[in-house]
Amino acid sequence: MYKIVIPQMGDYSTPAKYLISHIIDCEIISIPITNKTLELGSSNSPLFVCTPFKYTLGSFIEGLEKGADVLIQFGGGCRYGYYFELQKQILEDLGYKFEMINLITKGEFDYKRIKKEIERLGLKLNKLKTLYYIFLSIKMVKYMDKIDFYIREHIGFEKENGSFIKLKKQMLKDFSTTKNYFHLKYMYLKYKRKFKKIELDNSKRKYKVGIIGELYTLMEPFANYNLEYELAKMGISVKRYTNVNYLLFEKKYKIKDYLSKTKDYIKYKMGADASDNIARCKYLCKHNYDGIIHMKSSFCTPEIGAMPIINKICKKYDVPVLYFSFDTETSEVGVKTRLEAFFDMIEMRRTK
Amino acid sequence: MKAYVGIDIGSISTKGVVIDQFGNIIKESYIWTEGNPIKAVKKLINNLKEIPKDIEIKGIGTTGSGRKLIGLMLGANTIKNEITAHAVGTLHFYKDVRTILEIGGQDSKIILLENGIIKDYAMNTLCAAGTGAFLTSQAKRLEVPIEEFGDIALKSNNPVKIASRCTVFAESDLIHKAGVGYNTKDIIAGLCKSIVLNYLNNVGKGKKIKGPIVFQGGVSKNKGVVHYFEEILNEKIIVDKNSHLMGAIGVALLSKERETDKVYTLDIENISFETRGVECNGCSNHCDLVKIYKNNKHIDTFGNKCEVGGK
Repeated sequence: MYKIVIPQMGDYSTPAKYLISHIIDCEIISIPITNKTLELGSSNSPLFVCTPFKYTLGSFIEGLEKGADVLIQFGGGCRYGYYFELQKQILEDLGYKFEMINLITKGEFDYKRIKKEIERLGLKLNKLKTLYYIFLSIKMVKYMDKIDFYIREHIGFEKENGSFIKLKKQMLKDFSTTKNYFHLKYMYLKYKRKFKKIELDNSKRKYKVGIIGELYTLMEPFANYNLEYELAKMGISVKRYTNVNYLLFEKKYKIKDYLSKTKDYIKYKMGADASDNIARCKYLCKHNYDGIIHMKSSFCTPEIGAMPIINKICKKYDVPVLYFSFDTETSEVGVKTRLEAFFDMIEMRRTK
Repeated sequence: MKAYVGIDIGSISTKGVVIDQFGNIIKESYIWTEGNPIKAVKKLINNLKEIPKDIEIKGIGTTGSGRKLIGLMLGANTIKNEITAHAVGTLHFYKDVRTILEIGGQDSKIILLENGIIKDYAMNTLCAAGTGAFLTSQAKRLEVPIEEFGDIALKSNNPVKIASRCTVFAESDLIHKAGVGYNTKDIIAGLCKSIVLNYLNNVGKGKKIKGPIVFQGGVSKNKGVVHYFEEILNEKIIVDKNSHLMGAIGVALLSKERETDKVYTLDIENISFETRGVECNGCSNHCDLVKIYKNNKHIDTFGNKCEVGGK
C-alpha cells in the first residue's frame, strides 16, 4: 500500500485526505507544520524562493522520513507552477526514492493526465467513484470556508476562551467521517447552528480589518504567525476573502468584474491574486473598514506588483494599511510590535 | 504630589523618567542595557528612586523590546509598543509635528502624523544598516569615540560615498576607502550620510516626509546625521534635548491616562526576579519558552503557542 504525503495548508488537509483516501487505496501522512518542517524546508531550498516552497518541501521531507513513497504537489498561477519540477529535483538529489504527482498543470485539473499518472503507479481509478468523491470534497471545502467566514468575524468576542477552536476541531473530525452528501450537509447545518449558539460578548467588538495578500501566507496560520487570531484577541473582526473555494471556483467568474471595477488602476491581469487583491482593497476601503493588512511571503512577485497600487488606493480613501512580508527568518516579536502599533493607530484615528 | 514612571528598555540603552502630572521631568536616567534588561532596570530604578519623599507614584509604563518582561517585573499598568510611545511623547512637546524620524540602537522607524493622529508608520525590517549599532561598530573600527563622531563629521566638506545597502558591504567598502587613503573625517562624514540615505531608502520609502520633522532616538545626538538629514530633506530638523527619552516620556504619559487609586512602589531591590529558558517538548514544534519566576514562584511563561507549554 502506498503512503502518500500532501502538503499542509490550513485545515484543508481534511478534505484532501478524505478525497485521496477514498479514491485510491493508500495511507495518507499529514503532519502539521512545525518549526522542524520549516527548518528542513529552508535548509534544502534556495534562499530567495518564497516561503510556500520551503514549507511544502519541509512537509515532503518529513513525510519521506516517515516512509512515504508518493508525494502530491499542487500547481499554481505564479512561480508556484514550477515548484513541482524543482522540488522533485531537489528531493531526488537528496537521495530519496519516490513518485510525485502534480495535480494542477497549466492552471487546470486534467483528469485524463492524472488518471494516467495514477495508473503508472499500478493503481486503478474508478471514474464514477472519483467524480463522486471530488464532488463531496468540493462541497466540504465550501462548507468549511463558509463556517470560517463566521469564525473569523466572531472569534475575538467569545465569552469562553477557545470555544470556537474546540468546536472547529470537532467539526473537522466529523467531516472526515462523511458518508454521503446528505450526511455532509446535515453535519454542516448542525455545526452552523452550534457556531451561532456560541455566546459572544459584543461589547468587546471595536474594529474591523480586512486581510489581503498572497494565498499561502493568508491561509496557513503557521506561516503568518497566527496573525488572524492575534487580531481577534485585540477585539478586531477580520474579513478575508481568499480561500480555497474562491481560488478553485469563484475566481474564474469574478476576475472580469474585478478588472472592470479597478480599471482606474489596472488594465490587465497581474498574475496570481494581485488583481483580485487590488479589487478587494478598493472594496474594503469603500466599505469603511478600519484598516487593511497586506501580507505575502518574501519575494512574492505578483504581490510586490500590487503593493504600490494598494498604497495608492489606501491613500485616496485614507485607510491605514500595514504590509507584512514573511520570511523564514522573521522575528515574531517584530510582528507583534507592528500589529500593536497598527491597532493603536486605528484606535487613535477613530477616537480622536 | 502625583508622579508617573516611564521606562524604555531598548536593545542598547535603557531609559527611565519620572514625570509629574503635567509631563515635566522630575528625574531621568539613561544607562546601557548590556544585554541584561533585568539587571539594567534594577540599576535604573535605583537611580530614579532619588526623588522627593512626598511623591506618590500613580502609574508605571514600559516600552521597548523588553517591555513585556519588565512590565511584569514592575507590575506596570501600561505596556505599550515603542511606536505609539514615541508618538505620544513627541506630541506632548510638539503639538503640530508631522513626521517623527527615530533611529535607535537596532531599529529605526518613521511615524507620520496629521492633526496629532498617527497616520502611517514603518519600521526597518531586514537589516541593521542605518541604525545606531552600525555606527557604533564602525566607530570602534576607526578608533574614534562615538560621542565625537558628529563633530568630526561636520568638519568634512567632502563626505566619502559609502555603499550603504548592507552593514557588511558598507564595512568592506569603508575598509577599502580607508586603504585608498581617504581622510578619517571624510569617511566619518560619509558614514553619517550613508545612515541617512539608507534610512530614507528603506524605512522612509514611499512616505511623504513633511515638516515639522522631529528626529529622536540615540542617533539623533549625532550632529553629523542631523546635518545630512537637513541637507537631503531640505527641511529643518528638530532635535529635542530629551530626544533620547521620548519613548519613556510617552509611556509615562500613557500610564497617566490609565491611572487608578493604586500607588506603586519602586522598591524592587529585594525581589528576586529570574527567567529560565527551556525548550518545550510537548510536540515537534519545540517552542522556546521563557519561564519567569518572581521570588522563586512561577508567574508567567512567554513564547508558548498552545496550551501545552503554558504550564
